[in-house]
Amino acid sequence: MDNLIEIVSIFGAVLAVSFGAIMPAYSEGRAVAAAMEAIARQPEAAGTLSRTLFVGLAMIETMAIYCLVVALLLLYANPFTG
Amino acid sequence: MDGSPLSPDILVWIGPVPISRAVVTTWVIMGVLAAVLTATLRLARPGSGLATALEILVTTLSGQIRVILGRDPRPFLPLLGSLFIFIVLANLAAVFPGATPPTAHVETPAALALIVFLSVHFYGIQAKGLRGYLRHYLEPNPFLLPLNVLSEPTRTFSLMIRLFGNMMSHEFVIAIVVFLAGLLLPIPFLLLGVLIGIIQAYIFTVLATVYIGAAVGAVDA
Repeated sequence: MDNLIEIVSIFGAVLAVSFGAIMPAYSEGRAVAAAMEAIARQPEAAGTLSRTLFVGLAMIETMAIYCLVVALLLLYANPFTG
Repeated sequence: MDGSPLSPDILVWIGPVPISRAVVTTWVIMGVLAAVLTATLRLARPGSGLATALEILVTTLSGQIRVILGRDPRPFLPLLGSLFIFIVLANLAAVFPGATPPTAHVETPAALALIVFLSVHFYGIQAKGLRGYLRHYLEPNPFLLPLNVLSEPTRTFSLMIRLFGNMMSHEFVIAIVVFLAGLLLPIPFLLLGVLIGIIQAYIFTVLATVYIGAAVGAVDA
């Protein structure tokens, strides 16, 4: 098992991306659903709502992007492999 | 590893300085912007097509900034407008063959986030004075001082990683799809990339506006 670090790194990358995608996807769905409901109730506020929605979605999506960056670091710039 | 998306793509060396493809793309974008600006300021008459298009752009940008800040957008328009236009063009560079989006490499988003970080303090001190600006770290409660100070580097870092991660991962996805499926299938992903690029530029600018607005005391954030 010379390449144990590589194997563990690949598993770590896969786990980071998969679990890091679940919660952001769920919460983005909830945010979009809430915004849709608000727009349906108050169509005249659609401009403000969608601007806030986009910023909020970007905030949530940053969590998934962090996980992706960690995974890519593990795969391509792993500090523990020679 | 050769195919790393994190390593720069070096085109030429000028002395000891490597010039990567992203840097050349940045220079081309800067050249295009300067050419458009010169053409508008020197050659175009007021009311001509180019001048009207730029007027619409500037009016829309200042209107959006005014909505977020709730005050006169004129002092902030040069910085925020340039940020938005540059990031849009940089993100859309992925569509042109041979160009790579500079924002997909970590140094350009880092530089942009650093600009935002410094200008937040600049505008804050300009608007409130040094004491007044430093006092806002003690609000709403002096016990929150460590968190307020900590939020400065972390939000700058997340501004950088958000832009970099989105653009880099998008480029990476296109590379994987080309590798797996060949020539024509990546086209929908490229179209999606246009949307992502514009949205990310918008989000970067809106967040920079909100941070500056919080520093000058216009909005709560």
